[in-house]
Amino acid sequence: MMLNNFEHIQSAHCENGVVVKLLRDQGINMVDEPMAFGIGSGLFYIHIPFLKLNNAPAIAFRTMPGRIFKRTCNLLEIDYISKRFRNEQKGQQYLDDLLKQNINVGCQVGVFNLSYLPVEYRFHFNAHNIVVYGKNNEHYLVSDTVMETPTQLSEDEMLKARYAKGLYAPKGHLYYINSEKTHVVDQELLKRATLKGIKRNVRDMLHIPGPIAGVSGIQYTGKKILKWRDELGIRKAGRYLGHLVRMQEEIGTGGGGFRFLYAAFLQQSAEIFESNVLLKASDDFTKAGDLWRQSAVKMAGVFKGRTTEQHHFKEISDHLMEISEIEREAFKGLSKLKLSSRK
Amino acid sequence: MKKEELPQDRSALQGYTRELHYVKNEEGKFTTGLSSGWEIKASALENAWEDVHQQMEEAKKLVRQGDKSPLYFLMVKNLMDISILSSYTGFWRFRLRRHFKPEVYEKLSDKILLKYADVFSMTLKELKEFEV
Repeated sequence: MMLNNFEHIQSAHCENGVVVKLLRDQGINMVDEPMAFGIGSGLFYIHIPFLKLNNAPAIAFRTMPGRIFKRTCNLLEIDYISKRFRNEQKGQQYLDDLLKQNINVGCQVGVFNLSYLPVEYRFHFNAHNIVVYGKNNEHYLVSDTVMETPTQLSEDEMLKARYAKGLYAPKGHLYYINSEKTHVVDQELLKRATLKGIKRNVRDMLHIPGPIAGVSGIQYTGKKILKWRDELGIRKAGRYLGHLVRMQEEIGTGGGGFRFLYAAFLQQSAEIFESNVLLKASDDFTKAGDLWRQSAVKMAGVFKGRTTEQHHFKEISDHLMEISEIEREAFKGLSKLKLSSRK
Repeated sequence: MKKEELPQDRSALQGYTRELHYVKNEEGKFTTGLSSGWEIKASALENAWEDVHQQMEEAKKLVRQGDKSPLYFLMVKNLMDISILSSYTGFWRFRLRRHFKPEVYEKLSDKILLKYADVFSMTLKELKEFEV
């Protein structure tokens, strides 16, 4: 197989990267990572107190895994095929057949068995996405878009990664674009998709009932943090905060819990629509991202054991309350957006 | 975050990759930059591993005292909790908890042990001879 012309792209977040790469294969070049993230309404916040992940509460700064791909394709009216396979051999065979047809395939994998990642990062986390673009002597050629260069996985490693178990178990999940039904994405379609993506993000961040999701979720965490020191003790509270920092800043977020990525999307949209409202919102999310990072520094003070008094927890909590307010106002501004996708 | 503020600290990524960030250039426009790591989150990751190591030490103690079977230690060592181990082995949780009892573990069949050995990437022999 000739694969010398494979163009690897690097992205902040894995799923965005897969979307961009698979669209590019179809000649759709106007969707870069921020656009894919924005159209896919990727920005989110949720704090699920009863669901534990690595012994800490589940906190997410982005939407559910797999959603960005689906939403972006749907809004751009791109036809895709998405499959899971109960039978591992069938799952492998299906992937191999696609690769023989020179189709680049998106695969959901668990990171525990990804030998090309540093061992420090290999927890049981199953919502990672990669592009598989070929197979050579029992080795899969892998383009993991969070990496600077393409990598490889053995047949055995790939099988284990695709059939990792636990939360978000991939069950051999793979997806690719149906190139027979592909079409040109013009400026008008892109604009329409952008507006719909923003609208849905407004809904997800402002209008989900209950206290744990969206901008209220950020407030919820802020309030919880006030109690952590007394309820959990300094050590465990520190571990929870460390977990929050990792969810917010680790590989894949582009920094500041995806807020910079969203700000970049809004800045680009502002240019496309020549809209000051969008530009203002972009500035707000840049500010939110900066505040998220500042709060991470404060949280580190706790888990490093340097600043562990209750008033330090209060400062962190205040930060989160402020962020929640900024993001609430920003999304309120976006909800009033009156733009047309026509020229 | 401005491009020049993008941290270039040491991290576990060294020798593997650098990660992409969205940062602002001098004109205030978003662009991308590569970072080798940020000390703050490197220490968050370190903190998580310290916790794993502490749990392993505790598990070791419990096995040596005869309170738990080696399966318990291997679960912790493989960064699993009971729900992850349950989904990998296909055994119900209460059954796993039983297998964590040393006296039950002693009597487990090879068939069941092989299942655990596979999940922990060991041979049956390695598992049987395993000591913490």
